[in-house]
Amino acid sequence: MHPIAQRLQREFPGGFVKSVEWRGDLAVTVRRETMHDVAGFLHDDPDMDFDYIVHVSSVDWPDDEERFEVVYEFYSIRKRHRIRLKARVPESDCEVTSLTDLWKGADFMEREVYDMMGIRFRNHPDLRRILMPDDYDEGYPLRKDFPLRGKGWRDTFEFLNETRP
Amino acid sequence: MGLIQIGRHEKDGELDIITTSLEKVVNWARKGSLWPMTFGLACCAIEMIAAVSSRYDMDRYGAGVFRASPRQSDLMIVAGTVCRRMAPVIRKIYDQMPEPKYVIAMGSCATSGNIYDSYSVVQGVDRFVPVDIYVPGCPPTPEALFDGILKLQERIMQKRVFVKQPEQVKNA
Repeated sequence: MHPIAQRLQREFPGGFVKSVEWRGDLAVTVRRETMHDVAGFLHDDPDMDFDYIVHVSSVDWPDDEERFEVVYEFYSIRKRHRIRLKARVPESDCEVTSLTDLWKGADFMEREVYDMMGIRFRNHPDLRRILMPDDYDEGYPLRKDFPLRGKGWRDTFEFLNETRP
Repeated sequence: MGLIQIGRHEKDGELDIITTSLEKVVNWARKGSLWPMTFGLACCAIEMIAAVSSRYDMDRYGAGVFRASPRQSDLMIVAGTVCRRMAPVIRKIYDQMPEPKYVIAMGSCATSGNIYDSYSVVQGVDRFVPVDIYVPGCPPTPEALFDGILKLQERIMQKRVFVKQPEQVKNA
């Protein structure tokens, strides 16, 4: 097992689920209740020192019991190592704790995950849609049960009916 | 082309008289000074830029003065994929252009949405602005864009200038 994964398992025996290492990339899955603590440990511990958030994304596994998966990727500029931190989220309670208090850069990327997949982030300072308009009401386009062509938004041009001076 | 006829002066026979119709002169002036609006949305914009640059030099057709303001332009070249969120912006800019105005839909995306049959891509810019010329290609080469501009110039030459349009007649 990767030394970082070993360390995480030792520090968080209750939250650690599994770790996968493939072609030098380490991916650690934790329980979502402990994800903020794990991320805080990765950010603050001098041996970890993950000071840069690379990306936040999400995956939809429609057949699984816990349907969604939030994926964070961190990198340490000084130590030159990286880690992918995953947590599963059920559809019924689609919420995880935001990591914007640890990495400011998570702000827009978490908003994108909220916009596209509908996963809410607790304690996020400004959780609005970012790519789609604020009044978009067709749902979350990257979910697997969302129709590919949308639900009519791309073909309705309400501005054509406005009267102009 | 029958645009102008050159006549000789009756006294000394010098070539200094031109007879033509005013409509043809106006259309000739319009087609020779098409000022396009820069509206690059995706990779087609790169071909549009190449068409203006020195190797192809779109200025030869009088269409090389790209303006950044819709109020100074006659031609809108919509070059690239049109997302639904961009649609009201394109319509607003089109409305701000002074008459007479023309629209070229450059490339498959602006024409029909191309392969992007998704929730956010408009299936053709003609859904919300009137399009004069469609230029096919993904992306079209500068030569293809020139073909579209030459076709548009042919079209402009066929327009009637001093005839009231049906809407104007109705309003009066």
